Amino acid sequence: MNTMASGGGIKPKHQRLVLIVIALVALVGAGLLAAYALSNQASYFYVPADLVKDPPEQGRAIRLGGMVEKGSLKTRADGITIDFVVSDGKARVPVRFTGITPDLFVEASGVVAEGRMEGQTFVADNLLAKHDENYVPRQMGDMTPEQAKQVVAQTQ
Amino acid sequence: MHGFANPARFLRLARWMMPLLLVSGLLLSMGAVLYGVLVVPPDRLMGETVRIMFIHVPAAWLGMAGWSTIAIASLVELVWRHPLAAIAGRAAAVPGAVFTAICLATGSIWARPTWGTWWVWDGRLTSFLVLLFLYFGYIALSGAAQRDMAGGGGGNRITAIFGLVGAINIPIINRSVVWWNSLHQPPSITAGKSAIDGTFLWPLLIAAIGFSLIFGGVILARMRTLLADIQAEARLRRKAMA
Repeated sequence: MNTMASGGGIKPKHQRLVLIVIALVALVGAGLLAAYALSNQASYFYVPADLVKDPPEQGRAIRLGGMVEKGSLKTRADGITIDFVVSDGKARVPVRFTGITPDLFVEASGVVAEGRMEGQTFVADNLLAKHDENYVPRQMGDMTPEQAKQVVAQTQ
Repeated sequence: MHGFANPARFLRLARWMMPLLLVSGLLLSMGAVLYGVLVVPPDRLMGETVRIMFIHVPAAWLGMAGWSTIAIASLVELVWRHPLAAIAGRAAAVPGAVFTAICLATGSIWARPTWGTWWVWDGRLTSFLVLLFLYFGYIALSGAAQRDMAGGGGGNRITAIFGLVGAINIPIINRSVVWWNSLHQPPSITAGKSAIDGTFLWPLLIAAIGFSLIFGGVILARMRTLLADIQAEARLRRKAMA
């Protein structure tokens, strides 16, 4: 008969369930709002379109991320300084870097450069290679998807 | 569900489930990891380091599954006051924390040759480090609640509230690479699609199933231990009273 004690005939267990569901909905709402408010500050790097739309101060330390444009990578006469263009499909930013590049740093692949804007050029102190979500065995990497599919079909 | 309110029934089930889960899990995960290390070809860009994935990805999945277990156990503890719920949450915490630490360590080892750095403070890495700290907090809190059982079980409820509130981090970890620009790659496996070639995907899935079975076995083993502890303590208390 203790179910009557909680009033209105609601079992205490159902009352707790309702209260906790309300608390959880409020909590998830607060979390989503916080994540939304963080949306710009929590990004690890700017993409070229951000830099063109809203140019940062000259010399302020920032990170620039995007794809290394195909055919843009050139090594200077000193052998360790490279020039390349980072693009995100909407905008392009020329980048200069002196030093040793990571193994995965190649044209048409992702990169995050740490450095600063000097004039129209982004001068990088450090390069990080960004790996994409694709995992492909080495033997099939050089083939087009159709060729790879054929090879797989033949070996089965 | 309340059929398991009597621990004796749960213990009978756990006694044969635990070795079954542990043995099958060990066989599957060891097989998949050995296959991944010895047989799978190197990746087009990453080369040999791709093999770290066969530990890293299952560890990441179980780090998050561990907290999801805690969250469900916490809900059951708070709403239904099921006697095994607090024990289940507590049992999942240490293996969850271990898998989270394994995920962070293997990820760091993979990142050095791949990205060119051990660690960056991007959304995914930071939120996963926060998960490890949440586990530490939960383990400390549930340990204190256990020692304070004479206080009437209020500690268990505080632990459960912490477990539920901490669950907000799980969707944040999952979405971090989508919401924010991050150095960590976006998800490779999304509903029905995979950007991972089949040669890598199958051993990865089997490794994930194998590690999950081990995880389940360890949780059952820890629940049996915690129940035995509680029984022993109750017996001592009765003796002291007599």
